[in-house]
Amino acid sequence: MNKIDLSVNIGSLKLRNPVILASGTVGYGDEISEFTDLNTIGGIVTKSLSLKPRKGNPPQRIVETHAGMLNAIGLANVGVEEFVKSKIPFLNTFDVPLICNIAASTIEEYVECTKILTAENIIDAFEINVSCPNVKEGGLEFGNDVKAVGRITEKVRAVTDKLLILKLSPNVSYISHFAEVVKKEGGDAVSAINSLVGTAFDIYDFKPKISNINGGLSGPAIKPIALAKVLEISRKVDIPIIGIGGIMNWKDVIEFMIVGASAIQIGTLNFIDPAAPGKIVKELEDYCIQVGIKNLSEIIASYLIE
Amino acid sequence: MFIINSPLVEKSELQSNIFLFKIHCPEIALIIKPGQFLNIRVTQAFFPLLRRPFSVSDVEGEYIYILFSIFGEGTQILADKKNGETIDILGPLGKGFNLDDDYYTAVIVAGGLGAAPFPFVTRKLQKNKEIISFVGSRTSNEIITYGMENVYTASDDGSIGFKGNVVELLKSKNVELINKKIKIFGCGPTPMLKALAEYCINNDLNCEISTECVMACGFGICQGCPIESAQLKDRFKLVCKDGPVFNVKNILL
Repeated sequence: MNKIDLSVNIGSLKLRNPVILASGTVGYGDEISEFTDLNTIGGIVTKSLSLKPRKGNPPQRIVETHAGMLNAIGLANVGVEEFVKSKIPFLNTFDVPLICNIAASTIEEYVECTKILTAENIIDAFEINVSCPNVKEGGLEFGNDVKAVGRITEKVRAVTDKLLILKLSPNVSYISHFAEVVKKEGGDAVSAINSLVGTAFDIYDFKPKISNINGGLSGPAIKPIALAKVLEISRKVDIPIIGIGGIMNWKDVIEFMIVGASAIQIGTLNFIDPAAPGKIVKELEDYCIQVGIKNLSEIIASYLIE
Repeated sequence: MFIINSPLVEKSELQSNIFLFKIHCPEIALIIKPGQFLNIRVTQAFFPLLRRPFSVSDVEGEYIYILFSIFGEGTQILADKKNGETIDILGPLGKGFNLDDDYYTAVIVAGGLGAAPFPFVTRKLQKNKEIISFVGSRTSNEIITYGMENVYTASDDGSIGFKGNVVELLKSKNVELINKKIKIFGCGPTPMLKALAEYCINNDLNCEISTECVMACGFGICQGCPIESAQLKDRFKLVCKDGPVFNVKNILL
């Protein structure tokens, strides 16, 4: 049997397989590398970086829900300068495409962060987070506004030649409108979806369970929504899509690829089984053998809809 | 850190709704330290979704022990496991107690299920240190003294021992402790730890406490368990990685 080719392309970026580790679920790669060999996965997206370090929200930041969890971390991160100084040297020891996720409160901050990081050779792509539900400024203020997403794409595009991905919010009526504007303003790809806004209350003290009141819902509970959003983009806009949302095993990966994802990101699963991404890569190969596919990329957007 | 499926070899119910599990897990038993914890996946299905953190309660050769009570769906599933079934364990996690300081008497202060890490602490210290244990709970049938030595009890309703909370009990024994070179080890609900930390800071007593916080991963990637640092105002510490054990001088509860 010939060797199975799991590689996929996100625009100009070639990945050895479609399994990417999602932002905010793997820090800067150090802890998870004890469980998953970063040299075997498709890519890694850093925790959101802002120009200056951010302390993040006070506890409680996490609530478990039915088949999911809410988080309101509040973009706690080391900041761009510290990332370059202390995190890049570690990431440099691996042969893995590095995607930097950038979060900001203003358009200028997105531009400034991207400009600084563009100088780092190790970075292959930027994922611009315009959809964090857990911060007062920036975040969803941008993610819900199609014009703002267009402006951010245009301004960031102007300062970098690296692959530019916009991470879209599902908390909108038509996600394809946002993907359309990203393409129009020179973005190379979109990732969909970020977490959904949710909340949970304590029935005895009547208070919200998370200090931020709202959090972002993730986990298997959101997978059907994520699939529908990816499919909507895939049918309306010609742009590479990175599918995210409740992927818990290799079957979910295949399902996302069928509805249009060129690659996928694993998020919440990393918290439960940090060794899972490596296992999923092997299982994708088994699937290809089972159904007689030589190139996994053949199944991208292969949906059959009457 | 390991992720291991390890067999439950002996399950006992020490008292009503207090379970002790003996698990054969040499990989972790050989390296885990008192105060460190395990993050346990109670089911391979995704309900409940997240792992549950448990202090390592004791270690005997190749065996580790956990002590818990049924609190929700996760601990119910765990409590229903039978001898021979495997348990999916991620560990050892976090930073444990520093048992090596300069002191002669270890003073253990435990509230409710906060007794969980102390059989292991007691086992490690019993040869070289004097140990005095203060154990409190709401009522007599919730008092856990398993694996501890030289125990004084307290209960909120006065049904066993001192009537009042365990920190008040500790304060009432101040005269007996004042001339000893002590180190205090505490674990329990946050209000109790707060009272203990305040007492120790005001009286300049060396004290480490094991804190708790809702967390997802247990090893630093989710950033879900912040705790205020006493020294650094611009960043939180993480309970899972920087703790769960902290010197009371280093955190704000």
